[in-house]
Amino acid sequence: MSSAIDVRGLHKSYGDKAVLGGIDLHVAEGTIFSLLGPNGAGKTTVVHILSTLATADAGEIRVAGHDLHADPEAVRAAIGVTGQFSAVDGLLTGRENLIMMADLHHLGRREARRRAEELLAQFDLAEAGTRPAMTYSGGMRRRLDLAMTLVGSPRIIFLDEPTTGLDPRSRHTVWQLIRQLVADGVTVFLTTQYLEEADQLADRIAVLDVGRLVAQGTAEELKRLVPGGHIRLRFTSPEEFALAGRVLPTALPDNESLVLQLPNDGSVHSLRALLSRIDDASLEVDELTVHTPDLDDVFFAVTGQRTAHETEPQNEGASK
Amino acid sequence: MSYALQDTATMLRRNLRHAQRYPALSLGALGMPVIMILLFGLVFGDTFAAGLGGAGGFDYLDFLTPGILLMSIASGTMSPAVAACTDMTEGIVSRFRTMAIFRPAFLTGHVLGNVILTIVSLALVVGFALLIGFRPNASFADWLLASGLLLVLTVALTWLAIALGLTSKTPEGASNVVLPISLLLPFLSTTFIPLESMPGGIRWFAEYQPFTPIIDTLRHLLIGTPMDNGDGWLALAWCLAIAVVGYFWAQKNYNKGTTV
Repeated sequence: MSSAIDVRGLHKSYGDKAVLGGIDLHVAEGTIFSLLGPNGAGKTTVVHILSTLATADAGEIRVAGHDLHADPEAVRAAIGVTGQFSAVDGLLTGRENLIMMADLHHLGRREARRRAEELLAQFDLAEAGTRPAMTYSGGMRRRLDLAMTLVGSPRIIFLDEPTTGLDPRSRHTVWQLIRQLVADGVTVFLTTQYLEEADQLADRIAVLDVGRLVAQGTAEELKRLVPGGHIRLRFTSPEEFALAGRVLPTALPDNESLVLQLPNDGSVHSLRALLSRIDDASLEVDELTVHTPDLDDVFFAVTGQRTAHETEPQNEGASK
Repeated sequence: MSYALQDTATMLRRNLRHAQRYPALSLGALGMPVIMILLFGLVFGDTFAAGLGGAGGFDYLDFLTPGILLMSIASGTMSPAVAACTDMTEGIVSRFRTMAIFRPAFLTGHVLGNVILTIVSLALVVGFALLIGFRPNASFADWLLASGLLLVLTVALTWLAIALGLTSKTPEGASNVVLPISLLLPFLSTTFIPLESMPGGIRWFAEYQPFTPIIDTLRHLLIGTPMDNGDGWLALAWCLAIAVVGYFWAQKNYNKGTTV
């Protein structure tokens, strides 16, 4: 598969503070790539550099096949960027914002109007289209922001924390829109501090911590980096539970809830072995669940700290 | 580059729409010079003229009007500086900078918007001045030359004001950083009083600062006051120098830190 973004040895310092300390990234065309990391990890700096908003101190960067240093204009023609902070014009209406974008993409008057109407409908802003964007709610602004990014049908889209500060419903709407984009062949480069978001959306995830990539792979690959997978067997009768405890001596029993917990890597082979032992002993198991470590475990393992959760107050975005 | 005009027009439309939705800034820029011409022409004029012992043999209103025209341009630099700075503090400029558009369009849109606003303001000042008794004796050619000089000065000062506005972190800061242009230079020049009536230090400053030869040239063209040889060229040279500095400085500030 050809790559949409290729980065080798990306360095960036502000003054004597190193923000990015040598980063390699490869994003395949038509996939969602998620850069995951806590606040201050350098995620926004990566997006700024890749979208020509900031210069790199060192590194080879190709975006959409163009050398970023040699031909930034060609890079700009191929990308769309939705930054962390709303990039809509508050004094213009939603429709005017979209038409302005269409004009800047030189779509022509008639096509500009058509595209604006199409996006307003697609992003559920048709009714709000005649109101100034400053009257919009956070979720509506984010949708308009995204719609404006899409006016020129970019091949590569950068989304810098697209759901930070959104309520769960708006977040799911944005996720849906992102999935739809990739279904149409667009490449999405997404930064997030939410593990769930990366897990839900991304084909590949890179974990960024204080300017260095500490892990990279699919969500599944990353989870495999962390031991601690297990299987839980639940029983209804205390007799079966007691019997199972003797058949499976390595299990950790929870006598109150009649649950046995067995260390297990979740592979087919080990599952089959377990099931045949259950069959051989004719155990009556009420429920079997496989638990693989989640990305939070991964993040903790590779960085030594927990990331933000949805339940935490979502005001980090405003403090930078 | 073929999109230079088209993108500038798009940015201009945006700025004009802003002026229409949020008219306070533009109305302030339009109203202030009109108030000045009425206030100094009708209310303080006689006292000033008496105190000066006549304005070099000219009617004070005739003497004043070219100065107020310059002042309109100067005070009009506040709004583009604030507008450019406000845009920079919001995400929209980051969006523009990641798009494949004519790079200076954001700036040229602001410049053009302010030039249009200033032309309206100058027309209003001339209109009101004529209404209260301004009697220029300029020929059509003089008017053309004067208009040309005013236009060049407007473009030059607007570029400089935008460059200054882009250096400010907040819109409030932007309105302060242009104060030397919008207030200091017009007041410490021959806008209200002739050079001869100024005290030493201020007189020295007024004599060598850019606004004085420009006002003197305007007065010469509009009401026929005598002028030092070469003042016209000096006025034009100042305008061009300010324009060049403003133009390149504004681009530099706009592109700061980005890959271009």
